[in-house]
Amino acid sequence: MTMIRTWLPHPLQSLFLWVLWLLLVNQVSLGHVMLGAILGWALPFLVHLLWPDPPVIRQPITLLRFLGRVHWDILTANLQVAALILGPTQRLRPAFFELPLDMDNDFAIALLASTVSLTPGTVSADVSADRRHLLIHALDVDDIDKAIAHIKQRYESPLKEIFGC
Amino acid sequence: MDVWIELLISTCLILGASFALIGSIGLSRLPDFFMRLHGPTKSTTLGVGGMVLGSLLYFSSRGEGLSLHEVLITLFLLITAPVSAHMLAKAAMHLKLERSSKTQGEPWEQ
Repeated sequence: MTMIRTWLPHPLQSLFLWVLWLLLVNQVSLGHVMLGAILGWALPFLVHLLWPDPPVIRQPITLLRFLGRVHWDILTANLQVAALILGPTQRLRPAFFELPLDMDNDFAIALLASTVSLTPGTVSADVSADRRHLLIHALDVDDIDKAIAHIKQRYESPLKEIFGC
Repeated sequence: MDVWIELLISTCLILGASFALIGSIGLSRLPDFFMRLHGPTKSTTLGVGGMVLGSLLYFSSRGEGLSLHEVLITLFLLITAPVSAHMLAKAAMHLKLERSSKTQGEPWEQ
């Protein structure tokens, strides 16, 4: 086990880079499989100096479920926003509100902010310097407290589980 | 090429193009800057997604093997769209851009 950790410190990153390389060249030949494997092994070594506190995925199955849910929400978000754009714009109720954060990992917060931007009617606008609040702008919101509870329950709690923070 | 596949590809392209168009209509219709931010971050992801799916089906159905590198476009777009929206929102708050009078809540001082 320690041997593996010494020689392959970031297995998931390596696997991701390997698949990324094969997708970029768009062919699966022996040469590219080898080259991709070398890149996937070497790049995390060079990059980990720039990323001192990488997140640890504790619940991969929850992560997959989360990704599926986010993709579904992106699809519905597009339809909802399309309807709002084409409908009467004078009736929209835009709002700025603050979402209190319960996470302390920068990567998890970044993922939550990106998710909020991609899903129905909300864009994350700023993170407070102490990482305790996320400022969100919503296109059309009825009840701000309900919107906050929805984001916390639907996106933040699975992210907390996944990264254990 | 099979007619059904061609139909499927055309549907993907038209759907994608319609969503890109709706995103652009949003840019001109919505009342203030912060609301206009919502168009490009949402409707365009599905717009590009539809066209990418069409391209993927087209190049995979020509008998030269599977073509999956279009998936990367979607991946990179999903990573970059929220970041650019975030930076635009921060810049807008810094410049104290006017917002619709009905906006509840306040943006932060930058």
